[in-house]
Amino acid sequence: MNFEAWNGFRSGRWMESVDVKDFIQKNYTPYEGNEDFLAPPTEKTKKLYAKFKELLLQEMKQGVLDVETYRVSGIDNFEPGYLDKENEEIVGLQTDAPFKRMINPYGGMRMVEQSLSAYGYEMDEARKIHFKEFRKTHNDGVFDAYTPAMRRARSVGLMTGLPDAYGRGRIIGDYRRIALYGIDFLVQQKEADFEKYASLPASEDVIRMREELRMQIRALGQMKNMALRYGVDISQPATNAKEAIQFTYFGYLAAIKENNGAAMSFGRNSTFFDIYITRDMKNGILDEAGAQELIDHLVLKLRMVRHLRTPEYNELFSGDPTWVTESIGGMGEDGRTQVTKSSFRFLHTLTNLDPAPEPNMTVLWSVQLPDAFKKYCAKMSIATDSLQYESDDEMRPLYGDDYAIACCVSSMELGKRMQFFGARVNLAKTLLMSLNDGYDEKKGIKVLENTEPMPDGVLDYDKVKAAFDRCIEEVAALYVSTMNTIHYMHDKYAYEAGQMALHDTEVKRFMAFGIAGLSVVADSLSAIKYAKVTPIRNEEGITVDFEVEGDFPKYGNDDDRVDKLAVEVVQKFSSELKKHATYRDAEHTLSVLTITSNVVYGKKTGTTPDGRKVGEPLAPGANPMHGRDASGALASLNSVAKIPYAGCCQDGISNTFSITPDALGKERETRVSNLVALLDGYFKQKAFHLNVNVLSRETLVDAMEHPEKYPTLTIRISGYAVHFNRLTKEQQLEVISRTMHESI
Amino acid sequence: MAKGYIHSIESMGMVDGPGVRCVVFMQGCAMRCQYCHNPDTWKLQVGEEVEAKDLFAKILRFRPYFESSGGGVTFSGGEPLLQKEFLTEMLQLCKAEGIHTAIDTAGGGMGDFGEILDLADLLLLDIKHTNEEKYRELTGISIGRYEFFVSQLKEHPVDVWLRAVIIPGINDNDGYIQDLWEAAKQIPNVKKIELLPYHTMGVKKYEAMGMPYPLEGVPAMDRKKVAQWQEKLNKALIETNF
Repeated sequence: MNFEAWNGFRSGRWMESVDVKDFIQKNYTPYEGNEDFLAPPTEKTKKLYAKFKELLLQEMKQGVLDVETYRVSGIDNFEPGYLDKENEEIVGLQTDAPFKRMINPYGGMRMVEQSLSAYGYEMDEARKIHFKEFRKTHNDGVFDAYTPAMRRARSVGLMTGLPDAYGRGRIIGDYRRIALYGIDFLVQQKEADFEKYASLPASEDVIRMREELRMQIRALGQMKNMALRYGVDISQPATNAKEAIQFTYFGYLAAIKENNGAAMSFGRNSTFFDIYITRDMKNGILDEAGAQELIDHLVLKLRMVRHLRTPEYNELFSGDPTWVTESIGGMGEDGRTQVTKSSFRFLHTLTNLDPAPEPNMTVLWSVQLPDAFKKYCAKMSIATDSLQYESDDEMRPLYGDDYAIACCVSSMELGKRMQFFGARVNLAKTLLMSLNDGYDEKKGIKVLENTEPMPDGVLDYDKVKAAFDRCIEEVAALYVSTMNTIHYMHDKYAYEAGQMALHDTEVKRFMAFGIAGLSVVADSLSAIKYAKVTPIRNEEGITVDFEVEGDFPKYGNDDDRVDKLAVEVVQKFSSELKKHATYRDAEHTLSVLTITSNVVYGKKTGTTPDGRKVGEPLAPGANPMHGRDASGALASLNSVAKIPYAGCCQDGISNTFSITPDALGKERETRVSNLVALLDGYFKQKAFHLNVNVLSRETLVDAMEHPEKYPTLTIRISGYAVHFNRLTKEQQLEVISRTMHESI
Repeated sequence: MAKGYIHSIESMGMVDGPGVRCVVFMQGCAMRCQYCHNPDTWKLQVGEEVEAKDLFAKILRFRPYFESSGGGVTFSGGEPLLQKEFLTEMLQLCKAEGIHTAIDTAGGGMGDFGEILDLADLLLLDIKHTNEEKYRELTGISIGRYEFFVSQLKEHPVDVWLRAVIIPGINDNDGYIQDLWEAAKQIPNVKKIELLPYHTMGVKKYEAMGMPYPLEGVPAMDRKKVAQWQEKLNKALIETNF
């Protein structure tokens, strides 16, 4: 097969069947130089950005700019919308107006109603009645099939943040396929796949597959129509860089028109785009300013992604995040770097268009990355606090060189693998239940059955450990069953046809479980093991406090005595999960990631044996508890680096690191080289992820008091970045109280 | 195997020598500098007692960061020279493993430090004051120890980064900067001069320890001014060396 649009590309397997990875490998140009070639914003970009800023500030004041209350989510359900038609090079909005949110009732109607009423809107009455009468939602399905045990675990916050009332997200379509092949070819491929399934006996799996393929093919047609409304024909491959970026974006746009998943990530696009940009430059039809303009305009679109959420949701995941994660850099399996000039162009948007939380700029870090790129990343981190780093050296051996990050830390091969997102279990609460005969310490109801009362007096480590292990076993079994239920229903009632159309039909699946409260559990076990811990119980016999006599080693000081306890816990939980069969034979993975929900989970968790009081936040992700990492940053990083990634916490281990500029070094250049060294040193020891903030506590305090002075202040919190001003007061205080490495 | 007393470890220091460094704050100091921000390191023979090999095992864990940055260990304090035997052993251990070492000292020890100077890769030499009388006033001890220590540098050459704290009303004037320059010229192998603006972050420690703060009311030093002087001195240093 050949298209005129492919002229000038090196041929390969990619021309015979869908294989974007092969296309990239055959055609990209690695770049080892520095950032000096980058261009400032064009006049068009400046105008477009001014318009964008105006609307953004208005939205920040109002909370929500506008909501469509009649039409509901769908790939082709809206008239075209523009930010500034004359000046935008890349077009396409979720609805017919910028920042206007849509409702997505397929995940659950309750969420829609609550979100609307919170912002003073109401769904069109007739629509609402019809939808309720004629259409069952994912949320309805899940609650039909939930067991009493699942409901109890959910209501006390043992299993929490479950995607049972809205879209599950964390699926990345391979949006690049549209640019490379055009929709018509993709439809042909899916039709051919359908043929294969047509000849198989109609088992439940086969019937489901056939139905899904039909839905995928229909979705591809809707994408074509949707693009046509904007006057763009995406049936054939893209012929130049502008089209390549536009077509890819339409694929992503279809995903966010159809779904409202928590994390709707973008993929790994910069090096793919670079191939088209390089070709256009060779042909003399594009210059650097023009190339940057295309990327700038794309990024502005990605910054406008909105979903309608409830205020409770925002409390959990602060700052209205959408996790439009773009994975940048990394190395190829053949040893060449995947950094291209367009990797720089993506990061350069943080200069041209100010720092911003979205898209979630994620650098795939390898010790072998070109020095100039490492330095540029460090420089941008210091200037913008908008980057996160994840170990390409850990992921490449597992996933090759065409994977991307969904959400904060979840990797998957593009177009070949998806995941069933599973939120997380509160392990700190699990530990308390093992001390409380299976009762929830806050609500006083019995949640776990495989327990017995803990004897009075000083806690015996072996007894506690055994009881805790039994609780972990019970929780793991319940958790897998719950996830199976949720994803069965999600496939049934809110299937992501558009995104799955941009995957191979034979897709591999992960089921991504998660835990919160790891550091609290490790320190609590350490206290019980190395100090004397006596529970103080209320009249019902439930622990309300703990008397701790003596000192104990704390996670975050590179002290194996306690770090080992943390490792044991994640290994135990991971191996227990794997004992239970999953829906669609998904592979079990585990994350240590809390986003900002560590504040809310903490609120729901009683006093723990490590000295943390009832209601106080848990530490975010795999971070040590604030102030307990008393041996400085490297010791803290080393502790986190011990948490095993491959085969265990393979859905990611999040660590957030904040340092003041002064502590990073005295001169500007030293700061850059020290940050590079820090990242290299951390990732060399098999660490997985690092969020980097370079800022002072004074800045944050001042921003809290004078938000108007810091309209673009962006900080990384836990796998994502956020406008500091969009956090609640409580979250701002929590962020300020976190360990910030300073020099004295 | 020598034992030593340490106050604490800062595993990530990036302002006490080149690269990313593990800073070992050693316990004990004979000086009572008015602006000291670590008064909790003054007392001798308290704090955490460690064996050299155990401390070294901890330090080794940070090797990946040293390697990627050209960093290493900095022995600070307190006054590290007061634990001569322990310091010597630590330096030997580091040398054997190729780990870069720096000693952050005010020259406040007594005796022959030839072996230590031969082992160390870098000296962060804190010059408290150039004037004998002012030196005593500021530190509570005679300048003799410092001078004797510096005299040993001629026999045992080691790279030196000269450091001085600049305090409003005490030494924040062009005359003193000139005196510093004269003093620097007397010290062999000075590679860099670092002027540290006085800050008031130590005040809280004095409060917590129930001690009166000697420089009560002295404001933090203007950093820009200090940066200008520092630039001037380092420029002169480069010109002299070539």
